[in-house]
Amino acid sequence: MDLRKNKKRDGICTAVALIAMFALLLIMELTMKSTSILFTVLKKGVIYALVAVSMNLLNGFTGLFSLGQAGFMLIGAYTYAILSMPVAVKLSDSVYKYYDCAIGFELGIIPSMLLAGVIAAIFAMLIGLPVLRLKSDYLAIATLGFAEILRAFFQWDAMGPVTNGANVMRQYKDLTKVTIPFTDIRFPPTLFCFLVSGICIAIIVLLINSSYGRAFKAIRDDEIAAEAMGINLFKHKEMSFVISSFFAGISGAMLAMFQYTVQAAQFKSAMTYEILLIVVIGGIGSVTGSCIASFLFIACNEWWLRFLDESANNILGMNLLRSGFRKVVFSVVIMIIVLFFSKGIMGDKEFSWQRIFDFFHKLFHGKKQAVEEVSGNE
Amino acid sequence: MSENVLRLEDVTMQFGGVVAVNNLSLEVNRGEIVALIGPNGAGKTTAFNCITGVYEPTNGQVSFEGKVIVANHPTGKMKKNYQGLNSEKYLHIKPVDPTPDQITKLGIARTFQNIRLWKSMTVFDNVLTAKHMRAKQNVFTATFRISAAEERRMREETMALLEEQNLVQFKDDLATSLPYGLQRRLEIARALATEPKLLLLDEPAAGMNPQETEELGQFIMQIKEKYDLTIFMIEHHMDLVMKFSDRIYVIDFGKLIAKGTPAEIQANPKVIEAYLGVTDDE
Repeated sequence: MDLRKNKKRDGICTAVALIAMFALLLIMELTMKSTSILFTVLKKGVIYALVAVSMNLLNGFTGLFSLGQAGFMLIGAYTYAILSMPVAVKLSDSVYKYYDCAIGFELGIIPSMLLAGVIAAIFAMLIGLPVLRLKSDYLAIATLGFAEILRAFFQWDAMGPVTNGANVMRQYKDLTKVTIPFTDIRFPPTLFCFLVSGICIAIIVLLINSSYGRAFKAIRDDEIAAEAMGINLFKHKEMSFVISSFFAGISGAMLAMFQYTVQAAQFKSAMTYEILLIVVIGGIGSVTGSCIASFLFIACNEWWLRFLDESANNILGMNLLRSGFRKVVFSVVIMIIVLFFSKGIMGDKEFSWQRIFDFFHKLFHGKKQAVEEVSGNE
Repeated sequence: MSENVLRLEDVTMQFGGVVAVNNLSLEVNRGEIVALIGPNGAGKTTAFNCITGVYEPTNGQVSFEGKVIVANHPTGKMKKNYQGLNSEKYLHIKPVDPTPDQITKLGIARTFQNIRLWKSMTVFDNVLTAKHMRAKQNVFTATFRISAAEERRMREETMALLEEQNLVQFKDDLATSLPYGLQRRLEIARALATEPKLLLLDEPAAGMNPQETEELGQFIMQIKEKYDLTIFMIEHHMDLVMKFSDRIYVIDFGKLIAKGTPAEIQANPKVIEAYLGVTDDE
C-alpha cells in the first residue's frame, strides 16, 4: 500500500467534507428559519464539542483526571460578557443594577473571546501550580474544588463591580451581533460557532500530533518512563492544563454568546459531569469521538427526547410522560452505553477514511475480498 | 582512559530503619563496561534510582563528568536515625536533588528492570518521543509546524536507530506487541534516542536464554563503540557479566563487598559466600 498516496487522498477527502459541511450550513442558515431547533442543537453541540475536546486533551491524552472544566468555562463566559458589554449598558442600571461597573471600556467580539481564553489560561496556570503535583483521584477532587471556589468567587458580593455579583449578565455582544468584517452584514451564527470551534479543535489536533502531543501521551502511558526519558513532568502537565483551559475559556465565551444571558449559578459541577460524559461516551483519547458524542448528547438532551416531557400523551391510560421523564430515559441510555460500549463510540481511535473505504469495499465486493485486502495491508 | 564519568561517594539510601544502600562508593571510567552485581535485594536498583534522581539519597554525593549532580546529608528526623557513615563529610555541601529528567538531560539514560515502554504507542513513536527532550522546538512552533524541518530530522534519526536495531519491520506495531527480547532492545533504542554519554542498564538480559544473552552482549559492545558510550549495568547472568564487563562491583545488603576484574571477582571468597552462603562445617 502506498502510504503517501493514501495520506494525500485522506487530506483531499477531509477538505472536501469540511467544505461541504460549511457550504451546507451556509445554505441551511440562509434558507431555513433561524429559530429552528436544529440550529440550537448544532450551535450548542459544537460549543460542547470544543470543551469536550479540550477536556479530552487533559483526561485522554495527558492522563490527568481533572474536573475543573466548568470553572474555566465560567471564567471564559464572564470575561467575554464583561469585556464585550457596550459601555452605555455598563453605565445604565439595566445590568449593573446594584453596583457601579468598574470596567469602563468595551472590546470587539474576537478580542473579547481571545481574552476570555487567556484569562482562563492564567487562572489555570495559578491553580495548576499546587494542584498538578497531585495524582489521579486527588487531582480530580482538587480541580473540582477549585471550580466550585471560582463559582463562589464570581458570585461574591465584593466582586460585584466586575461580575455583577450573583445577578444575570446580559446585553453583551451575543451571536446576533457577529458581522462579516468591515461590513454590517450579519454573519450566520451557526456558521460562526462552527468556524471558531473548528479552528480551535484543529489547533488541538495539531498539538496532539506534534512532538508535545507525543510527550503528553508518554506521560499518560508511563510517568516514570517519561521522566526517565527526559520529559519534565510538571512542565508538560502544566502546559496541557493551561492549553486545555484556554480552549475551555473560549468555549465558555461562545456559550455566553449563544445563551444571550449568563449567570455563575449555571456553571455547577453538574456541567463538568456532562462534559465528562461526552468524553466518556465518545471515547477517552479520541477527538472525533468527543465531537460525535457531543452532538449526540446535545441532540438527545435538547431535541430527540423532548417528547418524553410532554404530559399530554397518555400511554396505557397512565400519565407516564411528564416533565423530567426525559432524564430517566436518558440515564438508562447512558447506563446501556457505559455497560456495553465501555470504551465509548470510538475507543481511542480516530475517524479514518481508510476504514470508511474498507467498509464500502466490503459492501460492494463481498466479504472475502475485503478480508484479503485488509490482510494485505498489514 | 581513566577519566571518571560517574563517581559515587558514600551514597546511602535509608528508608526509615532499613538501609538499602550503605556507603556505596564506586567509579565508572570513560569507555568502560562496569557491572554491578549482588544477590536479590542487595540494593542494586536502589543505587540506580539514586543516580537517576528517582530517589534522593540520604547521604553522599554522585558526580557525573566531574560535576556534582546529586548530593545530600541527613536532615530532620533522619539526623538521629541515620545508620550509615560519613554524614559529617557532606554537611557543608548544599544538597542537590534533581528530577530524573534533569539527569537524563545531562546525558545519563537508563532502562528499567521491568520493561516500561509506552504501551499505547507504536515502536516508532516510542523512540521518536524520547527525542523530544533534545528538540529545540517550543509548543508554538511545534503546533503550527514552523519547526517542520526539525521534526523531519527527528523522524529520520529515529528511522536510522530502528534500522540499526533491526526493528524497522515492527515500526508501526504497538510496542507491547513485540516479543520480550525485542521489547528490551526497543528500550535500549529508546534510551539511545536521548543521546546519552552514560547508559545505565537495569538487568538487560532478564528473562533471556543463553543464546539471546550472548547476542545482547555483542549488541552492547556494538553500541558502546558506535556511540562512544560508557555502560554501567546491573545483571544476574554471570556469563554476560564475566565475558563483557571490564570491572565488577559486588554489593550485598547495600554494602560494597568486592570490586575488581571478572577474574578477581570469580576468585573472591566473599563473593562466593554472598552468593552461595557459608556452610556450618567449614
